[in-house]
Amino acid sequence: MRLSQGSPGARVLAFGGYQPADVVTNDDLAQRIETSDEWIQSRVGIKERRVAGPQESEIDLAVQAGGKALAASGLSSSDIDLVIVATCTLEAQIPNAAGRVAHRLGIEAPGAFDVNAACAGFCYGLAAANDAVRAGSATNVLVIGTEKLSQWVDWDDRTTAVIFADGAGAAVVGPSETPRIGPVAWGSAGDKSEAIMVRDRNSFLQQEGQTVFRWATTALHPVAKAACERAGVDPAELAAFIPHQANLRIVEAIARKLGADNAVIARDIVLAGNTSAASIPLALSRMIERGEVPSGGLALLLGFGAGLTYASQVIELP
Amino acid sequence: MALTEQEILAGLGKIVNEITGIPAVEVTPEKSFVDDLDIDSLSMVEIAVAAQDEFGVEIPDDQLKHLKTVKDVINFIQA
Repeated sequence: MRLSQGSPGARVLAFGGYQPADVVTNDDLAQRIETSDEWIQSRVGIKERRVAGPQESEIDLAVQAGGKALAASGLSSSDIDLVIVATCTLEAQIPNAAGRVAHRLGIEAPGAFDVNAACAGFCYGLAAANDAVRAGSATNVLVIGTEKLSQWVDWDDRTTAVIFADGAGAAVVGPSETPRIGPVAWGSAGDKSEAIMVRDRNSFLQQEGQTVFRWATTALHPVAKAACERAGVDPAELAAFIPHQANLRIVEAIARKLGADNAVIARDIVLAGNTSAASIPLALSRMIERGEVPSGGLALLLGFGAGLTYASQVIELP
Repeated sequence: MALTEQEILAGLGKIVNEITGIPAVEVTPEKSFVDDLDIDSLSMVEIAVAAQDEFGVEIPDDQLKHLKTVKDVINFIQA
């Protein structure tokens, strides 16, 4: 038996992001549930979020973000031979999202699978893409995080309605002579599986806020540091830190404990809400668009969420 | 050796000040965290985590919700 011929390294060629058009402000929410702009901003740091209407599915969001990343990469659809979609909010689980998204983007007969690692899903998908390119299972990979959380949230539950939102983000991963995606540091804590869950197909998403907050602010900065160590990068060398946009207070607590003193910290949650698997590539695509992060700079990604699951890696920015 | 109420109170005052900016002198035994000091549920988690580091006593979330006043926390740490 032969081995496939892989690439010495892999890199991200481009990012793309997409948000639905409808803005939901904190004042909009306050008309429906007992909350206020001040309360929401002080607890979770969100000013507004986007929500997709009934005509726009999580597949549509993924196609938009994936198309943008593909266009920015300079590759054509025929160059892509693997599509990975990270999502935990599909309206129906069969068929998977990746095949449908690939077809809509004109990508013919790629490997296509979904990843459900909730808010850590994009980092899991990126790790799988990196490994596939290095092993020779794929040449160019489209990795997309897409979520329509609005269809799993109880809009009368103020513990979740103020947090979650819709959106998508994508990256194109291709071969590189040198490693430009670092080793992943990942894991899970299944003992806390009930902290964030949808109990059955007729239930809404529920979250034990204090449990998740305690875990996120105490257990995750060591994961981020481990990803830096595995890549041989000192946190002080990072140009950007993009943790999952769960809650601004969590973002800032982890950033403080990481010691990435020279890094731009993603605070996309303020205008995007928590978009689960989409939040990291969505935030990064917007930081790149605004010129906030340097091409060639090192960025640390850290995904974490339901499972509980987590994954982190250093990448060189496209 | 068990810590005295005064020692725990001083430690808690310092922790509350670091996390919320509330002056340590305002952290007195009869005060309610939520009603008197206006501390929210997430800051209470941060206080519990810092208290664990300071006093070596874990305050789990299911216990934390029953600890309304500063005195309740002191009693929990002493118990």
